[in-house]
Amino acid sequence: MKDLLNRYGLLLTTVFAVLTGFWILVLVVLPNIYLFEHSFKPYLPVAELGGPKDVYSLDNYLTFFRSPIHISVFFWTVIYSAVVTFICFLIAYPLAYYLSKVSARALLPMIFLLLFIPLWVSEVLRSFAWFIILALKGPLNASLLGLGIIEDPVRWITGFRGVIIGLVYTYVLFMLFPLYNAIQSLDTNQIEAAEDLGAPWWRTHWRVILPHAKPGIASGSVMVFMLSAGSILVPTLLASTNSRWFTEIIQQWMFESQDWNTGSAYAFLLLILCTVFVSAVMRVFRVKLSDIAK
Amino acid sequence: MSAGVDLDNVCADFGTFRAVDNVAVNIQPGEFFSFLGPSGCGKTTILRMISGFISPSQGVIRIGGKDMKGQRPNQRPTALIFQNLALFPLMPVWENIAFGLEVRGVDKQKRRARAEELLHLVDLPDAADKAVAQLSGGQKQRVAIARALAVEPQVMLLDEPLSALDLKLRQHMRAELRAIQKRTGVTFIYITHDQGEALAMSDRVGVMSQGKLQQVANPRDIYNNPANGFVASFVGENNIFTGEVQGTEGNLARFATASGTFTARLGPAVTQGMKARLFLRPEHVRLAPGAGGTNSIPVEVTDVAFEGNFISIHARDAGGQVLLAEARNDGATAVPAPGDRLHFTFDGQNAVILTGDTAARDIDA
Ligand SMILES: Nc1ncnc2c1ncn2[C@@H]1O[C@H](COP(=O)(O)OP(=O)(O)OP(=O)(O)O)[C@@H](O)[C@H]1O
Ligand SMILES: [Mg+2]
Repeated sequence: MKDLLNRYGLLLTTVFAVLTGFWILVLVVLPNIYLFEHSFKPYLPVAELGGPKDVYSLDNYLTFFRSPIHISVFFWTVIYSAVVTFICFLIAYPLAYYLSKVSARALLPMIFLLLFIPLWVSEVLRSFAWFIILALKGPLNASLLGLGIIEDPVRWITGFRGVIIGLVYTYVLFMLFPLYNAIQSLDTNQIEAAEDLGAPWWRTHWRVILPHAKPGIASGSVMVFMLSAGSILVPTLLASTNSRWFTEIIQQWMFESQDWNTGSAYAFLLLILCTVFVSAVMRVFRVKLSDIAK
Repeated sequence: MSAGVDLDNVCADFGTFRAVDNVAVNIQPGEFFSFLGPSGCGKTTILRMISGFISPSQGVIRIGGKDMKGQRPNQRPTALIFQNLALFPLMPVWENIAFGLEVRGVDKQKRRARAEELLHLVDLPDAADKAVAQLSGGQKQRVAIARALAVEPQVMLLDEPLSALDLKLRQHMRAELRAIQKRTGVTFIYITHDQGEALAMSDRVGVMSQGKLQQVANPRDIYNNPANGFVASFVGENNIFTGEVQGTEGNLARFATASGTFTARLGPAVTQGMKARLFLRPEHVRLAPGAGGTNSIPVEVTDVAFEGNFISIHARDAGGQVLLAEARNDGATAVPAPGDRLHFTFDGQNAVILTGDTAARDIDA
């Protein structure tokens, strides 16, 4: 704060502080409080608002637990978000290791630029691009057929496959950067020491590099998991008829049934249950919250 | 078990820069061999070539007579102690030490027992379950040694392992390292830019400069019979006179300098008529009230420093060159005072005429 004062003077600093405060309060905190409050209220015709039926209850939350379909959708959303997280890890770990310990320093800015450029394109467009790429008569099948790798076109967008591909593509960088930072901070001599003591490459990774990268893996995983479970665009665009994402149900409540109250309850349930799930997983892997914050 | 290491005209290139230039030396099994040289002369590069992290651009490295070409570090019978030790901070001390055994599939109980045994060897018996971060510098040092010894290497490679320690501990660890080497009989290849360390610990020392091996000899010969100006000036203190070789008789020669003409020993490859330098160790200078013998320089004492076991005397000759003498503090020598006019005299056998550049001295060398 003192730094800011020195650099920008009193007026500008005040303007910054007020604007940031406004943004956080009015655009983030207040809407959430509003939704939170309403998630406990029944969905009533306007005439009955404020009437005897307009009391706080857990009914909206219980709706979820009374609906086996919604529970199952939630279950699969969590499972497939975990799958997405794991695939992101499988892709990002070797890449992060390569970038931080193997590749030539001079190439790094170039590689990072290439990784970043797709982020400049809106998520809608990127997901839609995948919709085209993965289409039955799309370019992916065409090239695979052309190369003779497959004989018949593959139906990519079936079950959760399209959603998984889309989510991995959209969020893999959120895994890559924490991993890159974590591995980057490992003293290269430790990797060499392990090899010098006779360790094959996989044991060096297992005993030295992975344990060191654990906080990075954890924060990357939390981000990818939460973003995936909360994603609405990708599932909307890339889901097939037999795959539903939990966010789509929230959307249905809010926009199709116009029942914002139950929708909010579902949204908070998603947040709470995912947080519980993440905490449980972190406990299993013995990761502390303070590790991630580092 | 220990193995010898042969370097056969080994070179290392980084781009167009030659970091190690035609180094040839045969290190014997069980020997304590030191590479001594200033910062950046290629010592670490040699060690990394022996352990297998870089391959030589030319030449052959043999360990125990076997060509190491194409062998990865995890296939070589060497263990490297890194300049920064590179202990694994997330493992307790005993797992650090037992890591090499874990890799070799030794079961946990045996690993633990062996780790405790090695902790005894390095005199750190109660540290098995401590975290690395809990140890002091000297203790970490010992753990690193134990970790390297655990894999029973035939050759231990040590990259300035004592440089991070304070003076007292450094001197203690010197003796300790030497003792461990004697006890285990493993070949030690030790890297340092500290001449005291190299001379005190080694069976033989290889002095390096700019990637080239300047001289390989036992510590005594390195100090007493340096092969060239670099070795003479890098190891120990000197009075240096620039001049020209005039007449030679036997192993002595007459050498004309700005401070007078002296008689001194001819170094290797120095011949009549050559421009060269005369090197005279301060401890070989005698102080005399009057001129005496062939080698005598009239000087005025400028400074006298009492160093405890010896007295260091700075003086200036007629030409203004600063000269240094050391007198033992044995009570027999009269200690001069600043301003005294004396003669520095020396025996021609104790001064040597050498060619080659002199070393730019490190601050801490
Ligand atoms: N990977 C590398 N790429 C380019 N040049 C290098 C590399 N490694 C070392 N060098 C250069 O090679 C020379 C020798 O380096 P080396 O690390 O062997 O020196 P050293 O004798 O161990 O020095 P110090 O006592 O400072 O550790 C140095 O000039 C260094 O800049
Ligand atoms: Mg070095």
